[in-house]
Amino acid sequence: MNILVLIKQVPESQATRMDESTGTLVREAANSVINPLDLHALECALILREQSAATVNIDCLSMGPLAAVSVLKEAIALGADQGYLLSDRKFAGSDTWCTAKTLAAAIAKIGSYDLILCGERATDGETGQTGPALAAMLDLPVLTYASAIKRSADAWQVRRMLEDGYETVETTGPAVVCILKEASVPRLPTLAGKRRARAAECRIINAEELGIDPADTGLNASPTRVVSIFRPNHLKQSERLSALDPAGAEQAVDKIIAIFRQKGVL
Amino acid sequence: MNSAHHGIWILAEQSQGRIDSVSYELLARGRVLADKRKHPLTAVILGANLPDSELQQLIARGADRVLHASAAELAIFSPEPYSACLCALIKEEKPEIMLAAATSSGRTVMPYIAGKLRLGLTADCTDLDIEADSGLLLQTRPAAGGNIMATIKTPTERPQMATVRPHSSRPAEPKPGRQGEIRRWEPPAALLGSRVRRVSFEKAPDERGIQDAEVVIAIGRGIKKAENMSLPRKLAELLDAAVGASREAVDRGWVPYPSQVGLSGKTVSPKVYLAAGISGAVQHLAGMQTSDTIIAINTDPEAPIFQYSELAICGDLFTILPLLAEKIEASRKQS
Repeated sequence: MNILVLIKQVPESQATRMDESTGTLVREAANSVINPLDLHALECALILREQSAATVNIDCLSMGPLAAVSVLKEAIALGADQGYLLSDRKFAGSDTWCTAKTLAAAIAKIGSYDLILCGERATDGETGQTGPALAAMLDLPVLTYASAIKRSADAWQVRRMLEDGYETVETTGPAVVCILKEASVPRLPTLAGKRRARAAECRIINAEELGIDPADTGLNASPTRVVSIFRPNHLKQSERLSALDPAGAEQAVDKIIAIFRQKGVL
Repeated sequence: MNSAHHGIWILAEQSQGRIDSVSYELLARGRVLADKRKHPLTAVILGANLPDSELQQLIARGADRVLHASAAELAIFSPEPYSACLCALIKEEKPEIMLAAATSSGRTVMPYIAGKLRLGLTADCTDLDIEADSGLLLQTRPAAGGNIMATIKTPTERPQMATVRPHSSRPAEPKPGRQGEIRRWEPPAALLGSRVRRVSFEKAPDERGIQDAEVVIAIGRGIKKAENMSLPRKLAELLDAAVGASREAVDRGWVPYPSQVGLSGKTVSPKVYLAAGISGAVQHLAGMQTSDTIIAINTDPEAPIFQYSELAICGDLFTILPLLAEKIEASRKQS
């Protein structure tokens, strides 16, 4: 059985920079890590392998600058078997449609999978769109907001977190499943895993090798365009109170109560 | 080619045959766009034979037209039949703009459709407008972890598609007697298949959610540890308020995830939002800045949240919150 986990490299901190001319994220600017939810997706794959009687192969696929090899190696240290990185300047600036299209082209090339897992969203873009778009392009069912996944008889059984409760769904064939934090607790890499990762060779695939139509990848092919970026401006004329001494605290609390009364909530 | 596309669509949602109020938020958004474009506003709704009286609600709240795809298989959300039906309708009617709510279903079906039809889609918009010269949809959303806002366009592909953050606008009010057309459509069986089967559904307990509370007491890193959560909880109980939290407080395990307010949590707009020990990262502000009145308590006089607050209190939450609870209790005893 083959499982593919999609891994995105994201900036570690919230202090992300954007390129003012293209409106895209500057990825080299900050320290990069695996997108946290992708670690949960990988952990689900590792658990499914542990629970399976059959041999389960876990591949990881990422798209990004060459430096993103480091997140694939981290995935290998945690237990993944093979890493693939889509890296080419021609892919740069892809929106979610072009990213999904590029990933779909890669998946068609590298193998056939019984399950594709990804994090529900990435901490940088926060769109959560790539997984479902990829499923549509591969003509696979998509199971989003997965808070648990298991193999039940010959089906994938997924518990989905919805606004009003939990839905349990099943599908027998291959599917794309988008994983939430609740689905697993990521393990730490072992020493042996780290050694394996150091020795592992990730496969780098460029646009030419992928054979993707230039009209399907990169900034210029993307249906959406960032036209402007700005700092949110909801600044208000604040009334400022210093409440560092007891009298100030007293006054501040009276003012809060006055607002509660005025708003009719007290 | 673009001129062939006409009309503004919103994707309304229903559960158990009743229209969800998020649909009315979309109608409020869609009405503004439709008036600016001078296009008709259509509410599309999938379900199992909804009665006219229910569909009429959409017209009363701003739709010029209701397009109801009706089949037993559409009673509850399922990505494949929903996507197949919507793709067929989009190809047939060629709308210019399509909006859906950024809910678990909207955020699933919209990217699936976008993937199928090669469409541009912007997630989780908090502001929508029409560009004066081009007539293009301007889609604004928090970006880069919420530190900045980005405005996004889809220059060529039609319809232009966006999901809209629930609770980021007020629902449209009904206007009794408003007239509109209802089209019922029974999709062919070929569109209704699904490879996914629902096994069971567990309804969450009907506790009042943070998005429905009139007062939210929100806590950030300043609360320091889980044991201190009794302070805001007591205050919330006194005020019949909900407890909210910043991402940091949730990541540290002090407050459960359903209470997280912000870009990666929920959006709230209560009458009063009291933020204690929250510095105000834009990621957090994105989820609460539409609140009626914002009160912030922070020991750091430079905390960014102060600039977004009506009342900015430079002080210690460990002094202010207990004193506030005490005074509220005292005033209740008097009366």
